[in-house]
Parts: sequence; structure tokens; C-alpha cells
Amino acid sequence: MTFGAVIGSVELGLIYSIMALGVFLSFRTLNTPDLTVDGSIVTGMAVSAMICSIGGNPWLALIAAFIAGCLAGFVSALLNTKLGIQPLLAGILVMLALYSVNLRIMGGRANIAIIKSDTVYKNFEELVQSQYSSIILGLIILILITACFYYFLRTRLGFALRATGDNEDMVRSSGINSDAMRLLGMGLSNGMVGLAGGLLAQYQSVSDIGMGVGMVVVGLASVIIGEAVFGTTSLLRRLIAVSLGAILYRMIIALAFNLGMPSTDLKLISAVIVTIALSTGVLGEKFSIPALFQKGGKNNAKS
Amino acid sequence: MLKVERISKTFGKGSINEKLAIDDLNLTVNKGDFIAIIGSNGAGKSTLLNCISGVYGIDSGSIMLGDINLTKLPEYKRSKFIGRVFQDPLRGTAFDMTIEENLAIASTKNKSIGLQRGLNKKERELFREKLALLDMGLENRMKQKSKLLSGGQRQALTLFMAVVSEPKLLLLDEHIAALDPGAAKKVLALTDEFSKTPDLCTLMITHNMKAALAHGNRTILMKDGKIVMDLYGEERKKMTVEKLIAQFDIDNDRMLL
Repeated sequence: MTFGAVIGSVELGLIYSIMALGVFLSFRTLNTPDLTVDGSIVTGMAVSAMICSIGGNPWLALIAAFIAGCLAGFVSALLNTKLGIQPLLAGILVMLALYSVNLRIMGGRANIAIIKSDTVYKNFEELVQSQYSSIILGLIILILITACFYYFLRTRLGFALRATGDNEDMVRSSGINSDAMRLLGMGLSNGMVGLAGGLLAQYQSVSDIGMGVGMVVVGLASVIIGEAVFGTTSLLRRLIAVSLGAILYRMIIALAFNLGMPSTDLKLISAVIVTIALSTGVLGEKFSIPALFQKGGKNNAKS
Repeated sequence: MLKVERISKTFGKGSINEKLAIDDLNLTVNKGDFIAIIGSNGAGKSTLLNCISGVYGIDSGSIMLGDINLTKLPEYKRSKFIGRVFQDPLRGTAFDMTIEENLAIASTKNKSIGLQRGLNKKERELFREKLALLDMGLENRMKQKSKLLSGGQRQALTLFMAVVSEPKLLLLDEHIAALDPGAAKKVLALTDEFSKTPDLCTLMITHNMKAALAHGNRTILMKDGKIVMDLYGEERKKMTVEKLIAQFDIDNDRMLL
């Protein structure tokens, strides 16, 4: 694999990391697989690309992408909590609806190129004058997001959110509105996904209506691979593991391309990777890579 | 303190499985009361507690806790005044969070929930001190996830979490039924201790006749969604397990123990 390909996958991986953190919030923290992601990432891309293309501030475009993602998550959560639709089905419905919404945001076009517009990547490259500017910027944004997310999960509100995924009965009997927590969690989750979409559009200088297909699978793959490879012992470690998982996933894909896999097989390979990752999850923590380096789970034996 | 007036609850109204679970039931619980509720399966004991705590809405009647009208409040709002422990030890704690984080959630009942730090040093110390009272060594395991606890430890922790925010009402739904005899004894002793909190009303469902007479100051027998016997004072003191069993048909060996 060439050095350029490695750099490219890290750059992309840093963006996908933010999406993976969003998927982590719904899939792990709230214990709900959320398919809204496939739609909300394109919503983020579309909003970001539209604002950039009309000459708007690219940072503002990212904030707007975050908010648009949040709104998509809210709708999904409301379908679930207020109308009693299963989370999986609610996600599918919103994903489907978003396809039309996203086309509307993009003015009816299937894709928008923003090659000539300002983006955060172009601005930052001018600022630091380095060939690694995209990596540096991606890293700064990811660290910022991870820090905020970590801080948030350790607040009272964050505690309540985490407990909602663990045990909704307990949350309600602790006087916390579990529906409100779901709304908040799904909103934030898709907000992060939207932000990742916004970054992706600016990084690739294009927003495409078809980009979202299978994104939730990519997010899940990142979460599962990251946790399996880099460990889950503390909350911070887990968040970092998820981010690294996204980068690792891009590396695996780049390697597969490098070995001659046609790019049209990408979705198949993604599905296979997630299937393998999920099934090793079924086999238990014993088979995770960090566990292989430890002497047989002594920590648990103590209790 | 707690005044349940003429409440009724029917499940599956209009369907073949229609079941009148609570039938025009009245119950007044005085300040400091610790009531043991007994009755065969399907008598409506759990339904009564679930109606009080807001898991189910009631079809008619009213529920007052002091001056607070609970009748129409959603479950999570009622929880501010009510502590609960369920039969299943898994239902009481967030399993993937640490003991101290669980306690932090339980103790925020009457505080605002926002972006404050979830746990500070002062709270940690307070929790450590209070956990030591349980005498289970939990104070030294505060950073462990609650899924690592045994059923008995978890139930003791849940009971502790239920009273830590000083509720007005404590609802225990067969909270010792899933525990081994040793752990059950321990949790029951803790229940006795916590129920002595001034002004706290406690309702405990149990299938253990001995416990139903030995603990608390009142024993209620439920049948077909109604209260058919209400024992307290001298009458209760004279009651024996044998006589109590004679009061209703036994179809459950567990009740004899």
C-alpha cells in the first residue's frame, strides 16, 4: 500500500471517527441500532455543501450540518417514543423520508460539487501550509468532539443517558424522563453523524445523494472493530477505541482495494467485515484481542 | 399519608382476556406505616403497586400522596416521591455503570439534571460512608460495574438507592423472592432499618407468611383485586402463620415457608 493511500485512509478515517462516535452513542449507550444514520449523514453533507456552494462560512456549514443531523435524530426518536414504532423501523422510515428531504436540500440535484468553494480543509491548508493539513485538522476536530462527548457522558445528564440504554425501568424509577433521554441521545448521535457528513462533503468537495447507503454498517464496523482491538476498560479508552476503529476500518478497505478488490465490491466486503465482527462479539470478550494478552480475566475473578 | 380511593384497573378491556385486576380498592396508609401485602398469584398485589407508581394508569379512582395528587402524573414524575425495588435484581441498577454512578443517578431525584459533573469528591465520600452501613464491602468496590455484583448485593444496593433520595413512599415488589435465604435475611433486615425513617410509608409484597407477620406493623391480604383482610395492632400480634394460611386457599408451597 502506498504512503499516499495510508494518508488518505487516515484523513477519511478521522472523519468517519466522528460518525462512529455518533453510532456508538445510539448503538452502545442507548442500546438501539439506529438506521437513521444512512439518511442523516447525507443530510449533513447536503446542508454543508449547499452552504459552502453559496459562499457561506464553511464552519457555519458544519454547525448547520450538526443541527440538521440532530433534527433527523429527533424525528426518529419521536416516532419511537411517542408513536411506539420500533426503533429499527423508525430508523428505516426516517432514512427513507430523508432521501427525499436530502434531494430537496440539494435543490433536486443528485450531487453538488463544491470544488470552487471555500471549505475548512482548503482554509486550513492555506493557514498551515503543510501536506498533512487535512490530517491535522481532522485530528483537532476529532479530539475536540471526543473531549466534549467524554465530558458530557460524565455529567448528570450523561449519566442519565447512559442508564437509559442500560435499564429504562431504573431510569424512570429514578425520576428521569426516559423518553426525553432517548430524544436527546438520538439527536446528539445523529448530530455527530451529520457533522461527519458535513466534513465529508467539504473534504471530498462533493455531496452525493447515494453516499449514505450502508453508512450505518460502516459505523457499526468501526465501533465493533475498535472495541475488539483497542479495548473497553474505561469510558475514555472506549471512545478512543471507537475512533481508532474507524481509521482501522478505512485502512482495511484501502488494503482490500490495494489487493485488487474492485470498488464495486465495497459494500459486500463491509457487510462481511461487520458480520465477522458481530459474531466474534457473540463469542464473548474472551476472544477480543486485548484479552488475548491478559492472563485469563483475573479482574473478574476477584469479585 | 397515602390515600388510594376507589381505584379500578382492567387489563385487555373488551377482549376475551379481559381481566379485572384491581376492583374498587381503598387503602389508607398512615405516616410511618410498614405494610406487608400477601395474596395468591393474580390477586392484584403487583398491579396495585404498579398503579401507585404509575406504570399503569388507572381506570377510575384517585391516588393521593399527602397533598400531591398522583392520579394523572406520569411514572417518572411520581418517582420523585417514590422509591421502588423490583423482584428481579437486574431491574434495579444500570448494569454497565459503576456502583457510584448508579448511586449518583438515584440521588439526583430531587436535583436538577443538567451539565453538572455527575459525581464529585464530596458525593463520593458520602456514598462511601453510607454504603459502609450495608456491611457488604461495597464501599471498597465503588468503581466496579454493578453487573459484577451478586443478586443479594445488587438488591441491597437497589434498596439503598431507593431510599437515598428520601422518598415519602417505598414500594417493594417481592424484593427478596429471588435471593438465597442468607441474602434474603440480610436484605429484609436492611428493609426493617430503612423503613424506620420517620414519615416513610413502606408497602412490601411478599409470599413469605412469616415475614409478612414478623416485619412491619400491618399485614394486608388481597384477593381478586380487593383487600379482604387488614391486620394491625393486637389482632395482628395474635395472628399466627397457621391461622393466616387458613385464611385463604394455599396453592403455592412457597407460602408455607
